[in-house]
Amino acid sequence: MPTGLFGLNPWLDGVIRLLIIVGLMTVVAMGLIYIERKVLGRFHARIGPQRTGPFGLLQSVADALKLVGKEDLRPRNADPWTFEFGPYLVFIPIFLGFVVSPFMAGFTVRVLDLGILYFVAVSSVSIVGWVMAGWGSDNRYAMIGGMRAAAQAISYELPFVLSLLSVSMLAGTLNINEIVEAQTSVPNIVWQPLAFIIFFIAALAELNRPPFDIPVGESEVVGGPFVEYSGIRWSMFFLGEYASLFIMSILISALFLGGYEWPFGTQLGIGWQLVLTVIKASMLIFLIIWVRASVPRLRIDQLMGYAWKILLPLSLLQVLVNGFVLVYDLPKLLLTAAGLGGVFLLVWLTEHAITRPRESRATAAATAATLQSEAAS
Amino acid sequence: MVIESAHEFETQDLLLNVGPQHPSTHGVFRMVMQVDGEVVRDIIPYIGYLHRGAEKLCETMDYRQGIGFMDRTEYLAAMNAELSYVMAVEKLAELEVPDRAQWIRMILVELNRLSSHLMFMGAFGIDVGVFGTPFIYAWREREAIIDLFEEISGDRMMYAYLRPGGLAWDVPANFVPRCREVLTAVRQGIADFDGLLTKNEIFIARTQGIGIVSAADAIDFGMSGPSIRASGVPLDVRREEPYLKYDEIKWDVITATEGDVYARYLCRLAEMRESVKIVEQCLDRLQPGPIMPEKMPRMLRTPPGEVYIRTEAPRGEFGIYMVSKGGNRPYRLKVRSACLSNLQALKHMSVGLYVADAIIVLGSIDIVLSEVDR
Repeated sequence: MPTGLFGLNPWLDGVIRLLIIVGLMTVVAMGLIYIERKVLGRFHARIGPQRTGPFGLLQSVADALKLVGKEDLRPRNADPWTFEFGPYLVFIPIFLGFVVSPFMAGFTVRVLDLGILYFVAVSSVSIVGWVMAGWGSDNRYAMIGGMRAAAQAISYELPFVLSLLSVSMLAGTLNINEIVEAQTSVPNIVWQPLAFIIFFIAALAELNRPPFDIPVGESEVVGGPFVEYSGIRWSMFFLGEYASLFIMSILISALFLGGYEWPFGTQLGIGWQLVLTVIKASMLIFLIIWVRASVPRLRIDQLMGYAWKILLPLSLLQVLVNGFVLVYDLPKLLLTAAGLGGVFLLVWLTEHAITRPRESRATAAATAATLQSEAAS
Repeated sequence: MVIESAHEFETQDLLLNVGPQHPSTHGVFRMVMQVDGEVVRDIIPYIGYLHRGAEKLCETMDYRQGIGFMDRTEYLAAMNAELSYVMAVEKLAELEVPDRAQWIRMILVELNRLSSHLMFMGAFGIDVGVFGTPFIYAWREREAIIDLFEEISGDRMMYAYLRPGGLAWDVPANFVPRCREVLTAVRQGIADFDGLLTKNEIFIARTQGIGIVSAADAIDFGMSGPSIRASGVPLDVRREEPYLKYDEIKWDVITATEGDVYARYLCRLAEMRESVKIVEQCLDRLQPGPIMPEKMPRMLRTPPGEVYIRTEAPRGEFGIYMVSKGGNRPYRLKVRSACLSNLQALKHMSVGLYVADAIIVLGSIDIVLSEVDR
């Protein structure tokens, strides 16, 4: 039994910790919504929210109040259980992921030896919620969205986990805090640039952020699984999305950018560690918003092809290289070289995959003609 | 459980109703897609949600009142629609339009083509899935053009500025410098789009090789405008039957050969550059002078006759067929809608593609529902 936070009964202590998590995450998610709107506004050559409170700071509060006040509608033909419980299954796993997120040395809700495994396991549960929401809504857009979400999550989970694996191979542990502490002198991104990029891409897909926002694709399936939700249930999806954005950025910064350790984490103490974590996470969040403002959405087959044909082989390759270097005790700089080579390979493959359609324009026309005549007959 | 027949595992295509309330149908277009997983097997388009009987209404109005209906028929390129209408009336009434009015008309329709294509760029960016950025970039330059139109005509959308015979009133004194300002902004905007979309890898991956329509098919469907020029048919009414002063200035007909979504996008982008060139030349040649014929009757009456006038609107050939039996109102008016003809190719282009592609194919033919339904 761990000692309680305030020397209390462990059960009471657990409840207090949970309340802190839920409160903190809600506030963080609301803050992120404000930040995203403000930053996106700048990218869009406009100002963003500014009327509610100073600099529009209260916009998220106003939105939250509005959503709470809205009627919680359920379509008549919707499956009551799956429809009503879908949002919880999206929401709760994301909050559970918070348990292992490292902010400072000694300030993790629970340091787990299998932290990475726990995080991966918990975060993939939320996909069940997406499918439930999509299926239970009795709406075809929602169903297509739910199915897309499932397909996407299954494909991107693999490069996601494999690039996590390559980091934990270096540190020799699955404990997130120990991985962070192994980066006191050099952050992992130096040794594993390829794994970092693959992980970042896969994280975008996990978060359903553009260019992988296919399940919610506003211009195609009009919000996907959320299409029938309103009020508080809809806001749970929304909060979940931003909470997971936050947790994912914390995780990336912990695993690849040195988290609270690099630079001078141990020397300068707790306050500096928190600053480090927050700065790194904010940089990543800004990057993710930037990506959102500038790229179109991929198509479902391009998305799947990219995961299976490019990301997965490359992340396997990374694991293999790591294995060789570690087993034969080769110089670590080899890892950097191999990683950079992998990055160039990734860029080249991506470019190649994109330029290929140019040659197959005639083929596409022929296929369309065949289908056309089939439909006519 | 024992499976009694194979019937229980029969699969069925899903019917997906897109529109009339859907973010990507550009108004109130509705299509029922038959989808097999993510692949579109069939599309049934439904139109008519925005039918107001504008053509019939024009028959009850005198010639000047009809101009307002043309604005509402093609609200994204109102000047171009007005131009077809007033040209038809002028031909019936045998009116000579003064030079200055012709140059100003040309400037206005080309500026409106720019604003309409900017609208396309923005909306298409959203169809492809960029969250808002191209839309608001496009809006920025479009706003400049619309501000200029407001200074000229007093309205931001329903200009009603052209008149049979010329213009309602002369342009403001600072018209030429203001136009040049707007052109500078638009040129910058076009460059922004080049950076944001044209070279964007995902954009290329999404738009190249899909929604192909061959030159022969495009002609069969009666397509026109950038949509047919992207298939390699150099059909441009401004070149085929020059009206206004298009034969006096230098400009190119933009064509592409591929006929896919990307080619249609590039055609529009290149056409915007041509429009900028045209407006610049017009501004150089603009001379002071009258804007209406000297002898205009208070109430315009036309001799009996019939006429078909077509002009190159941003979306293609916008034609007016007008019959007069004498008097101050048309006996019959029919609008030849470019969007309606272009829309015919939708099924041909999108069957066999993914749902997401069908959406951008629809976006790439750039329909305005009020013109389709009238």
